[in-house]
Amino acid sequence: MALLEVLDLQVRFDTADGLVQAVRGVSFAVESGHTLGIVGESGSGKSVSTQAAFGFARGAHVSGRALFEGRDLLAMSDRELRAVRGARVGMIFQDPLTSLHPMYRVGWQIVEAIRAHDRSVTKRAARSRAIELMARVGIPQPERRVDDYPHQFSGGMRQRVMIAMAMALTPSLLIADEPTTALDPTVQAQILELLRELKEDFGTAIIMITHDLGVIAEIADDVVVLYAGKIMEEAAVRDLFYHYHHPYTEGLMASLPSTGVRRGELVPIDGQPPSPIDPLPGCPFAPRCRYATAECTIEAPQLLEIPGEPRHRSACVLPRERAARQALRETRFAPATRDMVLDR
Amino acid sequence: MLTFLARRLALGILVMWLVTVIVFIIFYIGPGSADVARALAGRDAPPSTVALIARRLLLDRPWYVQYGHFIWELLHGNLGFDYYHDEPVTTIVAQGIPITLSLIVGAAPIWLLIGVLTGMYSARHPRSFLDRSFTTFALAFYSTPTFVLGVLLILLLYYQLTIHGIALFPGSGFTPLTQNPFEWFRGLVLPWLTLALVAAATYTRLTRSSMLDVLGEDYVRTARAKGLSERRVVWRHALRAALTPILTQFGIDVGTLVGGTVITEQVFGLPGLGWTAVHSIEQQDLPVIIGIVIVASAAVVVANIVVDALYAFVDPRVRLH
Ligand SMILES: Nc1ncnc2c1ncn2[C@@H]1O[C@H](COP(=O)(O)OP(=O)(O)OP(=O)(O)O)[C@@H](O)[C@H]1O
Ligand code: SF4
Ligand SMILES: [Mg+2]
Repeated sequence: MALLEVLDLQVRFDTADGLVQAVRGVSFAVESGHTLGIVGESGSGKSVSTQAAFGFARGAHVSGRALFEGRDLLAMSDRELRAVRGARVGMIFQDPLTSLHPMYRVGWQIVEAIRAHDRSVTKRAARSRAIELMARVGIPQPERRVDDYPHQFSGGMRQRVMIAMAMALTPSLLIADEPTTALDPTVQAQILELLRELKEDFGTAIIMITHDLGVIAEIADDVVVLYAGKIMEEAAVRDLFYHYHHPYTEGLMASLPSTGVRRGELVPIDGQPPSPIDPLPGCPFAPRCRYATAECTIEAPQLLEIPGEPRHRSACVLPRERAARQALRETRFAPATRDMVLDR
Repeated sequence: MLTFLARRLALGILVMWLVTVIVFIIFYIGPGSADVARALAGRDAPPSTVALIARRLLLDRPWYVQYGHFIWELLHGNLGFDYYHDEPVTTIVAQGIPITLSLIVGAAPIWLLIGVLTGMYSARHPRSFLDRSFTTFALAFYSTPTFVLGVLLILLLYYQLTIHGIALFPGSGFTPLTQNPFEWFRGLVLPWLTLALVAAATYTRLTRSSMLDVLGEDYVRTARAKGLSERRVVWRHALRAALTPILTQFGIDVGTLVGGTVITEQVFGLPGLGWTAVHSIEQQDLPVIIGIVIVASAAVVVANIVVDALYAFVDPRVRLH
């Protein structure tokens, strides 16, 4: 059984402008000890879908199911949900600058996380555990730094504090919502390396939310590609990089900065994501898709298996056989994007 | 931290000096100073008496002598003597201070409590029925002139109760705390309410907006992600951060009120600083007015320094600079 299984999740917000359909029927699963990457542009619903599952989307209409360790999070009382948060699932966020309380010492904040779920731990014991954790996540001189305030740490060090806090009770799942986006590239790599180590050591499963396929390539086992609140494609990471099917995934690949695109020729996807209010019928990517045909705008394509590739599914009407797909691409477009991906 | 406070202190002294200069210019140099001796001497006094009075008050000397004298005396804690009874101004001011302080000491906790509690509720339940009610009440009290509210309270809680045989509160007057604490309290309830209800509105709105901001902060989400109880999230994490602007406002309000409870004191016949100020202005009793202005400004300056010190204490990020 999967550690977390999200089924047909829908999240809507009532706003002054209308009903925002942030997540529209998303299903995914995370196996124990595995890393699921969720990738997509800004506004595609990456954060909302994970936060809604754990009861964080305040004021949202949430439907569907989210089975965590066999129990439906969406059917839990606040109290039950609180017992899960922090203890069974840890979370780290994009901006380590604002994610820690500016007026409390970092040690205090870690101690609080430890004692929130077990009052029998003495403050003293929790404090030495906090120092241990800080050492484990690579903060130098933890005995001294434990009494410092967040503003006395660099961005990367703050994110390490966040990780120490999230991992304090060795949760079975860590949700990392763009944990490296705000950091510079060297620090990014260090944080990813740390997460990978922790995953090995503690057997923690990770949901890595990012808009950067580079991060996915570094750390994920499986990938879900979100667009306009829907899953466009999902696959094991190798399948996604080498045999992606969906034109949106293709677009994301082409906008990857670190791949072999000749001399920094970045190809961002033209156009804007659709408004989450009153979504169009048909494929949400159609207005930006270079393969789009009239057929695409009538009915939304279903998320269907790609033959011969287990766990690989795509919501696009293009031919599913790899050869036919390749042929289509080459007859219509220069094969630049394909080369680029194979260079990796 | 120490240099921070030293800087604030130096700034405070500078402000106080500016206050003395401005007070001096307005009262000694400005229009009216020539009439003071005349007014004091009385309508029918001969010019010789007027001249005598002017000389005694140094009104006939050059301005720098007057100012030098003024500062010299001030530094010795001497604010001069009142024009009419030759009482030391310090004595007059000292009589008013306990009354005004009694007013503030009782009213401040009331408005802080009302304001913060309603504001916190409103922020946690925005657009709820109670939130709207609080906002409406806050606006109503905020736009009610103090004297209207004071008179209304007297009418309802003193007059109506008393004619029905329930003499809960006296309508006016002051009993020192040291003389009879219960009477002190009884006499101040209505003035406290008057001051507090008007001031609370500001705190309701301030707390509401400050809390709403903070509740949307990432670190509040982090607190929830830790699995903390909602109570702890709100009181330990959100309020702590939301309190800073509230404390700032509170300190400044308390400081300002030292010279600013004029109307409440008038309405309830409490001879505090504000009441004394009004009387001395009516009588053109310059030394007393100056004394009160200086005490009131000193209160504002001290309140600002205390607020800054508190700010540095509350927010660790301030301490470094
Ligand atoms: N509280 C809310 N009220 C209304 N709309 C919301 C709310 N939270 C999110 N949304 C909307 O839901 C959609 C998905 O938002 P989400 O934060 O999940 O995007 P994301 O994929 O995480 O993007 P980013 O990369 O910018 O973090 C967006 O259109 C956003 O405007
Ligand atoms: S379904 Fe049509 S529009 Fe949508 S991605 Fe596939 S080809 Fe493009
Ligand atoms: Mg997000």
